[in-house]
Amino acid sequence: MEVLLEVRGLRTQFHTSAGVIRAVDGVSWDVRKGETVALVGESGCGKSVSALSVMRLVAAPAGRIVEGEILFKGRNLLALSEEEMRKVRGREIGMIFQEPMTSLNPVLTIGRQLTETLEVHLNMTRAQAQARAVELLSLVGIPDGERRLRQFPHQFSGGMRQRIMIAMALSCDPALILADEPTTALDVTIQAQILELMKSLSRRLGVAILMITHNLGVVARYADRVNVMYAGKIVERGTAREIYGNPRHPYTLGLLRSVPRLDEPRRAKLRPIPGQPPDLSRLPAGCSFAPRCAYVVDRCREQVPPLNEVSAEHVSACWLAKDLPRLAVASV
Amino acid sequence: MTPTPREMDSQQPLLEVRNLVKHFQVGGGFFGGRPGIVKAVDGVSFSIQRGETLGLVGESGCGKTTTGRAILRLEPPTSGEVIFEGRDLATLSEAELRGMRRRMQVIFQDPYSSLNPRMTVGQIIAEPLAVHGIVPDRAARAERVHELLRRAGLLPAMARRYPHELSGGQRQRVGIARALAMEPRLIICDEPVSALDVSIQAQIINLLEELQAEFGLTYLFVAHDLSVVRHISDRVAVMYLGKIVEITDRKSLYEDPQHPYTKALLSAVPIPDPAVEAEREHVVLGGEVPSPLNPPAGCVFHPRCPIAVAECRTAVPELREVKPGHQAACIRL
Repeated sequence: MEVLLEVRGLRTQFHTSAGVIRAVDGVSWDVRKGETVALVGESGCGKSVSALSVMRLVAAPAGRIVEGEILFKGRNLLALSEEEMRKVRGREIGMIFQEPMTSLNPVLTIGRQLTETLEVHLNMTRAQAQARAVELLSLVGIPDGERRLRQFPHQFSGGMRQRIMIAMALSCDPALILADEPTTALDVTIQAQILELMKSLSRRLGVAILMITHNLGVVARYADRVNVMYAGKIVERGTAREIYGNPRHPYTLGLLRSVPRLDEPRRAKLRPIPGQPPDLSRLPAGCSFAPRCAYVVDRCREQVPPLNEVSAEHVSACWLAKDLPRLAVASV
Repeated sequence: MTPTPREMDSQQPLLEVRNLVKHFQVGGGFFGGRPGIVKAVDGVSFSIQRGETLGLVGESGCGKTTTGRAILRLEPPTSGEVIFEGRDLATLSEAELRGMRRRMQVIFQDPYSSLNPRMTVGQIIAEPLAVHGIVPDRAARAERVHELLRRAGLLPAMARRYPHELSGGQRQRVGIARALAMEPRLIICDEPVSALDVSIQAQIINLLEELQAEFGLTYLFVAHDLSVVRHISDRVAVMYLGKIVEITDRKSLYEDPQHPYTKALLSAVPIPDPAVEAEREHVVLGGEVPSPLNPPAGCVFHPRCPIAVAECRTAVPELREVKPGHQAACIRL
């Protein structure tokens, strides 16, 4: 399938008094037309900074993209003027964030916030924009749109606000939506509603989704392909079935083993990953995961493992990728 | 040999909560607003045996955290009884209550905000030891702090650090060490792992289990993550809008849930395996949790319930035994 967004060799750093933080450290990934791709990892792994880099919203002056290309529909976003970039944001690439209350303006009605985008990006008249806004609300499952448009963000529940964010992200018919932890702040029954909504809209409208999350369960249900990030790098990538069925990186394996699962017999003891993620301003030589890895060999502490092919569509950055035990065997 | 008092009451639950109610008055004050009553906890009853873990699950606003706070009397209950080690906490004097509080500790969700940022880890753990006169001698206290840190999986050298120098997992370990310092019988764990990354969550859960085995601790484990609750609990209570809708042992709850809300909750938890997910049936619950300011009449769950009938709009379902040892509040069962 046609590649929509391609990130090549992206390096994003933050220059602080404590040193240079290598938040995103040379990553490459892509999103094809209409598919849902996940960037999954724990806090500080660089997944959110990756998304902000795509939108060129990394906070300057501390943060900067020091290397790489971000090709969207073949154009390098890093080479665009700020003016041109503004037309990409919101119009060609929509965004959904974790906490909708902080991304919505509390003193403007929902209607104003929805129609503003339409008027600015699509040159609609007030009346056209109003009609389209009602349509968008009904698309995301908010009935009685005309009345709801006159209300303010605080008059909506968390789940409803996230629906409004989705409506805003979809308003200009983008080809891609970046969703950064879209359901993390929501309760599990509301999370299910929002994710089902995103999935059905993505299918119906053919919009691609880059889903950024720490939740392995959400990824399993909704992503076509998965990138696992650790300490600023992608350590494994594959189809969701491959990643979950046959993880080939010790970090992925460790993550999957450490979570209790409702569909499995209860284990007497969980198997956590020992230690904690490294300080991104003082990364160890060699593989960043080596200090926590159960399968570490001397080579891991000296040489950074590149992403090597395990099978078609499945790569892992581990020297021992092919020799690791299987998940099912290991979890008994 | 005559049994000691402790052995005698070992048949009794360590904690018994009877018809606990916590209502909050809102609005109607200086800034106006419609006055009303938030029925955060609305008649909750359960008991916990010594050495047992009771999981209390539900979504935000269901009253699970307030239940924990009302038990500790951090929020004095509106009505109901909390009987701890055979004594009704409401009848105790301030001094007696202070003594009792030592034996019931709490671990919070957010270790960042529950540790004083201006105190070192050592001071944080030593303070209650001094205040309660548990270890009056200064040198002995330092030794005890080191021992507690070790027990919580931290190096004794951590005592000189400040909370901001620690990671989230380390801070939670400090919170655990501080709770352990009081030699409690009961620990109320309020979402103790939800703010932590998954690889760290498992470390803390294992630690809590080890400590329980070693010190014979009893836990009330308040959480929204059903997988974690299944792992750690012996029995589980499910709350919705201030009420317990189902309570039973772990196996029965997860293998044979009865209440339609519990069923929907379990179905909403994504399983980290696409192959399993593709096969699974998903019950997506419509609507949202109504405001506890104005809860629905009859069964509070009826507006979202897939099996509700007309009677559910008026009849308040009692929590009753639907299977041996398995209680649920639903008239359709």
